Parts: sequence; structure tokens; C-alpha cells
Amino acid sequence: MEQLKTIGRELAMGSQGGGWTGQSKEFLDLVKSIGEARSKAEEDRIILREIESLRRRIGEPDVPRRRMKEYIIRLVYAEMLGHDASFGYIHAVKMTHDDSLSLKRTGYLAVTLFLSDDHDLIILIVNTIQKDLRSDNYLIVCAALTAACKLINEETIPAVLPQVVDLLAHPKEAVRKKAVMALHRFYQRSPASVSHLISNFRKRLCDNDPGVMGATLFPLFDLITADVNSYKDLVISFVSILKQVAERRLPKVYDYHQMPAPFIQIKLLKILALLGSGDKQASGHIYNVLGDIFRKCESSSNIGNAVLYECICCVSSIYPNAKVLDAAAESTSKFLKACLLFSDSHNLKYMGIDALRRLIKINPDIAEEHQLAVIDCLEDPDDTLKRKTFELLYKMTKSTNVEVIVDRMIDYMISINDNHYKTEIASRCVELAEQFAPSNQWFIQFSVSNNFTFQTMNKVFEHAGDLLNVRVAHNLMRLIAEGFGEDDEGADSQLRSSAVNSYLRILGEPKLPSLFLQVICWVLGEYGTADGKYSASYIIGKLCDVTEAHLCNDTVKAYSISAIMKICAFEITAGRNVEMLPECQSLIDELSASHSTDLQQRAYELQALLCLDSQAVESVMPLDASCEDIEVDRNLSFLNSFVQQSIEKGARPYSPESERSGTFSVSNYKSQYQHEASSHTLRFEAYELPKPSPTPATPQISVSTRTTDLVPVLETTYYTENNQASKLPPVSDASSADHGIKLHLDGVQKKWGRPTYSSSSSSTSSSEKKTNGVTHIDGVRSQSRGTLYDTKGQQSEVTAEKQKLAASLFGASAGKNEKKPASTQRVPKANTVTAERPGVPRAISPEISKQKAASSPPPDLLDLGEPITTTTPTIDPFEQLEGLIGPTPGPSTLDNSVTTSEQKAPDLMALYTDTPPSSSSSISSALGDIHSTDKNSQMAKNVPSIKKGPNPQDSLQKDATARHVGVTPTGNNPNLFRDLLG
Amino acid sequence: MIRAVIVMNTQGKPRLLKFYEFQPPEKQQELTRSVFAVLSGRPDNVSNFVETDAIFGSGTRLVYKHLATLYFVFVFDSCENELAMLDLIQVLVETLDRCFKNVCELDIVFNFNKMHTILDEIIFGGQVLETSSERVLKAVEEISRLEKSSSSVSFVPKSVSGRFGR
Repeated sequence: MEQLKTIGRELAMGSQGGGWTGQSKEFLDLVKSIGEARSKAEEDRIILREIESLRRRIGEPDVPRRRMKEYIIRLVYAEMLGHDASFGYIHAVKMTHDDSLSLKRTGYLAVTLFLSDDHDLIILIVNTIQKDLRSDNYLIVCAALTAACKLINEETIPAVLPQVVDLLAHPKEAVRKKAVMALHRFYQRSPASVSHLISNFRKRLCDNDPGVMGATLFPLFDLITADVNSYKDLVISFVSILKQVAERRLPKVYDYHQMPAPFIQIKLLKILALLGSGDKQASGHIYNVLGDIFRKCESSSNIGNAVLYECICCVSSIYPNAKVLDAAAESTSKFLKACLLFSDSHNLKYMGIDALRRLIKINPDIAEEHQLAVIDCLEDPDDTLKRKTFELLYKMTKSTNVEVIVDRMIDYMISINDNHYKTEIASRCVELAEQFAPSNQWFIQFSVSNNFTFQTMNKVFEHAGDLLNVRVAHNLMRLIAEGFGEDDEGADSQLRSSAVNSYLRILGEPKLPSLFLQVICWVLGEYGTADGKYSASYIIGKLCDVTEAHLCNDTVKAYSISAIMKICAFEITAGRNVEMLPECQSLIDELSASHSTDLQQRAYELQALLCLDSQAVESVMPLDASCEDIEVDRNLSFLNSFVQQSIEKGARPYSPESERSGTFSVSNYKSQYQHEASSHTLRFEAYELPKPSPTPATPQISVSTRTTDLVPVLETTYYTENNQASKLPPVSDASSADHGIKLHLDGVQKKWGRPTYSSSSSSTSSSEKKTNGVTHIDGVRSQSRGTLYDTKGQQSEVTAEKQKLAASLFGASAGKNEKKPASTQRVPKANTVTAERPGVPRAISPEISKQKAASSPPPDLLDLGEPITTTTPTIDPFEQLEGLIGPTPGPSTLDNSVTTSEQKAPDLMALYTDTPPSSSSSISSALGDIHSTDKNSQMAKNVPSIKKGPNPQDSLQKDATARHVGVTPTGNNPNLFRDLLG
Repeated sequence: MIRAVIVMNTQGKPRLLKFYEFQPPEKQQELTRSVFAVLSGRPDNVSNFVETDAIFGSGTRLVYKHLATLYFVFVFDSCENELAMLDLIQVLVETLDRCFKNVCELDIVFNFNKMHTILDEIIFGGQVLETSSERVLKAVEEISRLEKSSSSVSFVPKSVSGRFGR
């Protein structure tokens, strides 16, 4: 709207709009002086002065009514600017009683803006509204309805309900419309109070006036959302209304930008989506009209696209039908490709991504065609679009692309400042990592995915540590502690030692979130010396450094000292001598004098532990027992014999607190619990001294206090249990730490460091283009996409890395809907054979990536049941990633291709020997009905590949030649894509 | 439903606030400020949609349009269609433009009560009531005619000008 341009334009209101009751000079001056105010403080001063003068004048006895109206408007203005004008509310209420329409309307406007529906003054207005609803002047009725909508609450609904119901039959359509909507509002406020009137909505659906009918759709939408089944009978009516609207049977006035009543269409489509959801019969009625709209709707106008989008939503929600699904997919691709045609393309892209998100639920293949568009959106400067795209990716995550997606998410998470969204995306990352980690059943996959989970967690922690729930930290610890939950000790210890390795590296970083430090300390304590790679004194030294570097945080200190204790205990248990490092000794000394009783406690415990013999220590701190269950014997029954002995030796028997005087109980350490409750009896000066320190974890302290005092008792069982308890992390808020620190994971970075597709790749990819035959890919891909990507294909600058990303994201999406539970049962066994090969990688770095490349075929095979076609493209992403990120692409990729081929040969052979009959038959049966209804290109594509399935020699050979042709794994793409798409 | 309509200028000063669920004045200010913070951080040539879970609660979105010195912002929940909301802003602006003949920020400052009248004809209780600017205009003119007949008119002097709109 380019007319809306000047601010300093000459104001000529008097000549406009047929004469509005304008404002006085004073109001004008007020607005002007506010406009000229140089600062917020100056503005506030002006408004406060204004409010003061209004307060004075509004209270004067005989204010003329017109003057009063102006005061009220000024009050509304002041309140809009954020100042309290509550002294004037009562005058606004009074104004609603006025007979003059102008004043009455101003009064209503003011009260609807001023008052909440539970304000005390409402009761003074209800009567007026009641009266006005019965007025002859329909404008007064309308004003009253508007006010009723805003102000009437559950208690006052009955007072106005009869009048509103009467108005449903008002001769003026404007009034009928508003009455319907007011009734709807009452329904929203309190469904029970209008439940007997619901039939009115159905009745009004047949109103002569299309506007009233349109208004009825709102309450019906709500009603249907609440209870779909009782409105199934209306499907046919809704469909016929929609049809009539779409066929332009409504009067021309309802057109909007050449679209027939688009808002009514949208609402109807929303309703139909609800009614058709999961209902084949109802959906059957809807398909036709949807097809019509898809055909007729022009996508050149904004509102036309709105209707189209709503159609897509409807299609994705109702029982799927191939024909409308096709139409929806086509519209979606129009949205996504609109970027080239319209200036406001971002809106359409946004809608397109959202539409895609809805459609892939039904048919995951649709996403494939739009790979590049999706990736464009991911790299778009528009935050909203990016987030929407992440939502889409989140929905299409599966085991094959989870790493790429989570990597992306983490990159984005690091880059934003919005804490709310940061938390959300962090929890999504964690969720995905957790979800895809333990789901697979064989060893390599386990270690890979667990390492992946682990890496993800580390990154998430590093950058969003303070936003995360403590629970997530505990989950991470549990993941490391419990490992894979099965009897794969080797994998467990491998994960742990890699955890220790990388954490030791990370500790060098200057600033880490406290939550992450807690995890690190815990892991180092439990497993730091487990694999014998690091000496105890080295780990202890590191832990001491942690406490020095993070002076302020007691929780971290507590974790650290506990970890030192564990390491000492393990050393003693192993029969080795623990020599105390000087810094460790000074740490213990410092903590034993700490203000925090918790820290003191832990320090004393450590000292006490060092004096014990190895057998006692072993039972106190058993190795790797963090997952054992602990039962706390609250009655301390195991002490009975000790007590008995003491009494026999002449000690005083224990007397319960109730029988004691306050003074006596002070000396008793067991009264820690009661201390809190009955503190008034315990206020004695001498006792006050150690108190001032703020102790975050009071309950824990009291638990552990007991244990120290029990040390000399040497009742091992009990002691073990309690120490286990104290090992559990004390809950406390993570204090401040900084984001934006970079991990230096050295070797790890290759695989897990930030991929930085956009920045670094521009140089690498250009060189790759020449050497690695990526350009080749370009050609084949654009060919295969045919017309759809003509434009894209021609732009040779469609960068190779985008393609790669696309491949890694979408590589396996083609077959997701053909999941074969039958074959999943069988394949793992075949794979475990290859999996348990001797060279189990120890470190996370290159070996793991190899492993990943090697192991990624299995999930695909599982997913797809049609091995060859999809296997290779899904290997690619990782290899490509490797090539992209790795500093020296040549050797590493070579290395990779060797391992993969080595690995895959037995893999595939094993597979083919036992899967083909079952898988091909099940596929064909699964495809059967789709085929019959529709000759979908996707499906047709799959047929040859199925046929090819049982012929492993052929495809392996092809694979081999592919590897010869291109040195890098990317080189084999052309052939395989020809298989897949050609 | 539509949760709120906010019109503010590019300095973040509210020109019209209408919340369809009651919000106390302080909260209104806070919401307006956070919306402004979001909008002012967005570059040109990006989509007109923003997800506002952090500001208005989960599932809420806003559509905005930046015209001259003003932001027109509609906040709504998942029951509405973003593109349709964008067109509703268009309806509002078109109506204002017809009503004030080349509408500018100043018109809106001085006539915010009239703006409320117009808005009440377009959105009723958080639902879309009317989308034809012609019909809205007719209804508004009818109101003003009846109002005028019951009261005399005082015009705003023509000569007032100056640097407003901060």
C-alpha cells in the first residue's frame, strides 16, 4: 500500500469520511507533544501530566457529556501507551448508559478495552447490555453484542442468553451474524451453559444469507473438533456448500480478489479435514470437490494460494486418495518452486514446506523431488522458514539421515540467541539422538549410534547446557553407564573409553556449562582409569584442575571430589598405592573447611576412605556399580547388634525426640531432619556459627551427614548403599556459563565437527568438481529429475555440496513406506557376522566414520527390503560428508571405499541368500493395491529394482566398476542413480 | 482464533492494541515490546510469518505487514491460515485507506477509536466477520451517519502538521 507513506503529511481530517466526531485541540496537542518527545522519560512525563489533569477534571461535578467522551478517549489512549487509567473505568461504564449512539459506542469501546471479564464493574454493565440487545436501533444492538462478546463471563451468560438467541432471527443479517458469533463466544467461555442451543448453529447453516452461514462455520468447527462423530451427517451438506461456493454461486459481493468467498472456503475445508480424518466413507464424498478446487484455484493471488494450502492440509488429513494426493503434491511443488516467480516467495516457500511436512506423513516419496528446494530453505536468511524446515526434517528423520539432520540442528542451535527456541531444538536433538540410539539390535549399529548420541549430547551440552533439564544430563550419564543394555561389554567399554578420551580433551576448553562439567566429572570418576590408559594421578590432576577453574560452583566441586574419591577407591581396590598429589591434598584441605556442608562432607568422606583397607574400600566403592539399585534401610536395622553391644557396655539407651528436651537433642547428629521442622526449639547461639552458607541440596546433606558419622562403625553393607546414594548427583540449578565455545575434538572433528557446508565447502567443492567427477552427478541428477528441475539443472552453480546434503537427507526416503517387518527379523543376524570382526575401533575418530559407512547399509536394507538401489545412495552421504569435511579427502575416502566394499560384499551376499523370496513377495503384495489404484511413477520405479534384487552378481559388478571409475565414493553415484531413477 | 491485532510504528510505539483475550495493560506493553523486538530484527524480503510460541504461548503465530512507517500485526492460533490472515491485513489496510483517503500514520493516531470501529466490523470476538472492505466501509459509514445525526461535529483543524509518529 504505497499510499500509506508520509508521517509529516498535512492532516486534513475534517474533509474526510463524511465528518467524524474528531477530537479537540487538547487531544491534538497531547498527541503532538508525545510525538515530539525526545525520550521515553519525556513521553512518560507528558502522559503522567495528562493523566493527572484528566483525573482532576473527570471528577468534576458537571462535565458536559461530549467533553466526557473526549476524556474517555484520552484515557484509552493513555492506557494504550502503558499507563494506568483505572480511575476512569467507572466513567466509561457510566457512559455506556448514555442514550446517544456516539457516546454509548465510545463507552462500550472503552469498557471492552479496559475491563477483563471478571472485573467488578462488569455487573454494572450487564443490565445495560441486556437493555441494548432489545433496542430498535440495530447499531446499538451490534454495539451491545460486541461488548457482550468481550465482557460477558460464565456467570452472566444466562442474563443475556435469551436476548442473544432471539437475535438469531433478527431481520438484519449483520445482527444475525453477530448473534451467531456471540453465541459461539459464549460456547467457548462455557460450553455447558449453551449446550441446549447447539441445534441453533445447525439451523443457521441454512440461513438465506451466506454471511450468516459463514459465521456459523466457526462454532461448528469448534463443535466438530470436540466431537467429530455426531456431525458426520453434515459432510454432504458441507461438501455441497463448498461446491456451490467454488462454482461461484454466491453473489458477487462475497468475492475477494476474484476468489469466491475464500474465507468461507477455507473454513469449510478445515471442517471437512476434521470430518474426513480417518473416515474412508466421509472422505469419499470430499475427493471430488477437492479435485475441483485444485483445478480451478488460481495460484497467482495470495488468497488463491491460501485456499490451495488449505486443500493440501485437508488432503493430508482425510483418508488418502491417490488422485487428490497427486494434485496436492503438484500444488506443493508449485509453492516450493514459486521462489523463482514471485517476489513474496518466502511466504509460499513457508507454506510449501509446511504442506510437504503434512504430505510426507502419507507419502514420504514426495519430499524426494524437492530436495534442493528444502535445502535452499534451510540456508535461507529467513528464520521462520528455517525453523519450519527443521520441523520438516525432524518429521522425516530416520536412522539413515539422523546424523546429518542433527548436525544441522546443532549448527543452527549454536547460531541463534533465542533461548526459547534453543531449548526446544536442543531437546529435539536429544530426543532424536535418544530415539535412534537404542532402537537397533546389533553391535556395530549400537556402537555407532551410541557414539553418535554421545557426540550429539556433548554438542548440545556445550552450547545449550544451561538451558537443558538436569534430567538430560542424567540420561547421558546413564547412557554411558548402562551402555547398550545387552551383554556387549566390549562395546560398552569402548564407548566409555572414548567418552573419557574426548572429555579429557574438552576439559582444556576455557569455559564449559556447569551441567556439562558435572557429567564430565562423573564420567572421569567412574571410568577414567577403567581401561588403564590413563593413570589415576593424571585423572585426579585433571579433576583438581576442574575445581580450580570453576571456583564458584559448588555442585561441580562436589562432583569432582566424588570422582576423585571413586578413583582413589578403585586404586586401593586394585591394590595400588595412592599417592596424594599436592594439589589434590590442598583441594581436600580447602573443601574440608568449606562453607558448604555438602562439600565438607565429601572431603571428609574421601579422607576417611583413604584410611581403609582395600577390602573395605571395595565394598564401599565397587567398580562400575553405578547402575546397581540401592535400597536404603531407613530403620538402620543393621545397627541393632552394635546398639545392643553398646548398651551392654553401659551406654545410655536412645530416647525418641519427643521424650527429650531441646538442649539434649542439639548434640545428636541424628536430628538433622527434625532440625528444620522444630528449629525454634533449637535456636542457640553457639550452634549458629556454621549455618550461614547457602546449601543448595539440604536433604542430601542430611543423608550424607549420617554416613560420615557412621564411618567408624564399618558396617559395610549399609555404608555402600549410602555412598551410592551420595554419588547420585545433587540437584541444583546450573549456574551461568557461556555459549559459543568451540569444541576441539581433533580427530573427532572430521566426522562430528561442524560440517560448515556453506563456508568451507565453496573452495573444496570446486576442486572436487574437477577431480572427483561431481559435475557428472550434476548432469545425471538433473536429467533424472526431468522437467521438474530443468531450471535448477541449468544453473550449473547448483552447488555440489547442496546435492550431497540432499543425498544424505533424502537418500533413503524413497522406500520408507515399504517397511518390512518380516525382513527386519532376518537381516540383523546376517549382519552380526560381519559386525563382529576383530578390528573393533577404539577411538571415535576415523575408524568410527569408517564403521559408520560400513554399517549404514543394514538399516536401509531393513527399511526397504530392496537392497541394491537404495543401499548405495545411503552410503554416500557419509562418505560424501567425509570427503567434504576431511582435511585430506584423497586418502581417507580411498580408505573408506575399500572398507565399504570389503564390508558390503559379504553383507549383501548374506542378505541375498536368505531374503529374496520373502522380500520380493512381500513387496509385491504391499505394492499390490497401490498399483491397482494408481500408476504412480514412484511405484513404477521400484518394480525394476525388485526384479534386480535377486541378481546380486550383476549389481555388485556394477558397483565395482563404479568404484573403479571414480576414485572417491561419489564417483559411483552416476551409475546407481541411473539404476534408481532411469 | 485471532488473539490480537497490533498496529505499531517502526519505532515500536503502539498505535492500536486489541487483544481478544483480556490482557492487563502491563502485559500488553510487554507483549508489544517483544513483538517489536522480533519484527525489528527481521530483514526485508523474508516471509511475513513468525512463530511466536515464546511470546504468546505454544502454537501461536503472527503475520505482519510492514507498510510505510507502520507494522500491522495479527496474532492467531493454529485454527487460522497464515496466507488468509495476510489477506485480512490487506482488507484492514484497504478499508483504512478508503476511509481516510490515503491513510497515514497520523490518521491512525488521531482516529484510533474509528480504527477500532473498523476492526470490530472485520473481526468479531477473534473470528473473521467480514472480508469485503466495501461492506465494512458501508457499515462504518452507517454508524458515523447515525452518530452524527445525534451529535454535532467538531473538526480537527486542517493546519495541524508536524513531525509525528514516533
